[in-house]
Amino acid sequence: MAKATIQLEGLACPSCLQKIEGATKAVNGVDKESVKVLFNSSKVKLDFDDSVVSIGEIEAAITKVGYEVTKSQVRA
Amino acid sequence: MQRFILRKKNQIAAISAVLIVAGFVSALALGQEQIGMWALVVASLLGIAPIAIQAYQALRVKVVSIDVLVTIAVSGAIIIRNFEESAIVTFLFLFGGYLEQRTLNKTRSAIKELTEMAPESALRQTEEGQFEEVDIEDVDVGDTLLVRTGAKVPVDGTVLVGEGHINEASITGEAIPVSKEVGSKVFAGTILDNGTLQIVADRVGEDTTFGRIIELVEEAQDSKSEAERFIDRFSKYYTPAVLVLSALVWLISRNIELAITILVLGCPGALVIGVPVSNVAGIGNGARHGVLLKGSEVIHDFSRVDTIVFDKTGTLTIGNPKVADTRFYNEDQKSISSYIASVESESDHPLAQAIVEYFSDVSTLPVSDTDVIKGGGIVATVEEKRIVVGNAALMEAQKIALEGEIAADIAHFEKAGNSLVIAAVDGVAVALFGIRDQIRAGVKDDLQRLKRLGVKSLVVLSGDNQGTVDLVASELGLSEAHGNMLPEDKAAFIKELQSQGHIVAFVGDGVNDSPSLALSEVGIAMGGGTDVAIETSDVVLMNSDFSRLPHALGLTKATAFNMKQNIFIAVGVVLFLLLSLFLSDWMNMTIGMLVHEGSILVVILNGMRLLRYRLRKLT
Repeated sequence: MAKATIQLEGLACPSCLQKIEGATKAVNGVDKESVKVLFNSSKVKLDFDDSVVSIGEIEAAITKVGYEVTKSQVRA
Repeated sequence: MQRFILRKKNQIAAISAVLIVAGFVSALALGQEQIGMWALVVASLLGIAPIAIQAYQALRVKVVSIDVLVTIAVSGAIIIRNFEESAIVTFLFLFGGYLEQRTLNKTRSAIKELTEMAPESALRQTEEGQFEEVDIEDVDVGDTLLVRTGAKVPVDGTVLVGEGHINEASITGEAIPVSKEVGSKVFAGTILDNGTLQIVADRVGEDTTFGRIIELVEEAQDSKSEAERFIDRFSKYYTPAVLVLSALVWLISRNIELAITILVLGCPGALVIGVPVSNVAGIGNGARHGVLLKGSEVIHDFSRVDTIVFDKTGTLTIGNPKVADTRFYNEDQKSISSYIASVESESDHPLAQAIVEYFSDVSTLPVSDTDVIKGGGIVATVEEKRIVVGNAALMEAQKIALEGEIAADIAHFEKAGNSLVIAAVDGVAVALFGIRDQIRAGVKDDLQRLKRLGVKSLVVLSGDNQGTVDLVASELGLSEAHGNMLPEDKAAFIKELQSQGHIVAFVGDGVNDSPSLALSEVGIAMGGGTDVAIETSDVVLMNSDFSRLPHALGLTKATAFNMKQNIFIAVGVVLFLLLSLFLSDWMNMTIGMLVHEGSILVVILNGMRLLRYRLRKLT
């Protein structure tokens, strides 16, 4: 299980949280229970199986719901 | 394409504004109704584009968000050809979002400052022995790094080569530079005032003390208390419910205008954002003042604390005992001092060290046959004489008589609140030392401030004797004092208080008092930036500064109150909007959106007030 910390551009609306949560949880290979969206620091922390999905795909899912990813860090 | 539109939200809002103004001017002032109408139509379509995209994306992940509601409402307005409303509502929504972003960023700025202090690059030694600049993330444990004068130490490490002075203010708050030499430990985020160091990396990135403080602060910002979790669950069901309500109203009354207005008014924006904003501002203020509040729940508990229990040594006192009074019962003071100093320097007990310090300019003699007795003292031989230094219990065990003058002095010293050390040479008591641990400066005033902030009782618990504890209690104005307590006694005491319904905060040493820290509702460790303190406490005083305690308490109370204010404003506004919709004539979509966005801004701005919170000077 790899740990990802994804930095986003500032989140302003409360419903953003739910959208990002929904989007990341829907990605195959992401550990649903581990998804934590930090509203105030605009970060997403989650665990994922790097043999099933890549960090790029997770980032893409987030960008698709309309949020820019500034950078991400993965720790195996 | 979608991302392009979303990124240009602010520009779209600006263009919308221009179009709307142009539309009204040409319709009202120039009489060009058609052009006016088309301007508004274009503004509406431009404005709805990003909102509709967001709504679509939300629905794809099965979230009914506010964008969905607004999109439906505006579409409805366009269908009934009310272009004024559609244009203005989209503009207000976009503009409101822009303002929210800006004010939220300001609120989060305090914590951003902290993260920006983190080092970004380091000078790493290559195989050839040169130093090259690398990204901080590429540094591994075991790398050799160079730190030049004026630079930030990039990682937690140990000095290999060189020496210098480091300003550790970012971790401990102490502005006095600490000197470092080979073997000293250095911390990430601190600044090398002068000198040059080569260090080996022990901990990097998130594992450094600095990294962990930042991580704690970030997690604290988003930690949710019971109230917040409830609000979150509430809003998940609330938004779809508004949709349903609006649909019902439309079916029953066939009044589209009414139905879509409900959509706009019902959104719980201010409520969901209100509490987290106070949280962030409160924690940000704390971080700026050297206090780390580990989350919303901690803020909530600490604000309701009615009893604070203090450990004595190292918390209320400096933890550095000093000889306060001495008595000699033999004329040869010089030799006796010498024997005592020599023997005591064999022990690392704080009381022994106090005596060694007292006799710092006395020459020491060789010591042999040293026997350290735990809980008693030390026995050794100097110049063929048997020296015993320790407490009264040790004297009794060694069959050394303490009578007459000596006994009277002992009683006197104890009453005065001293810890006692008795010295005997060849079975006869020759000297008595009264040792006191000084109370930290300013503690008395700080405790008074705590009382004035509403704490009902202040208690001190200590392993020291009752006399010392009583003296401290009377000097500081504490409500209760208990001595001779082992760590488990302290924990039991706290349990008892809690069973009586008190909310207890415990202030103590991170290492020895973990059970008490864990038990109490709010644990506060005075260990400064040490790992143990950070791990175990709920409120971390980043530089062991006792004077931060009143500020911390005042801040949490202000934050808790602020959250309540925000909830009140948010709920009040929604109720007001809904009532005036049904009971009066003048409420429409535009005004509804205006009030809605306004309430969100009010709530954020109210939260921002906390950033400037300062404890008033209480006389």
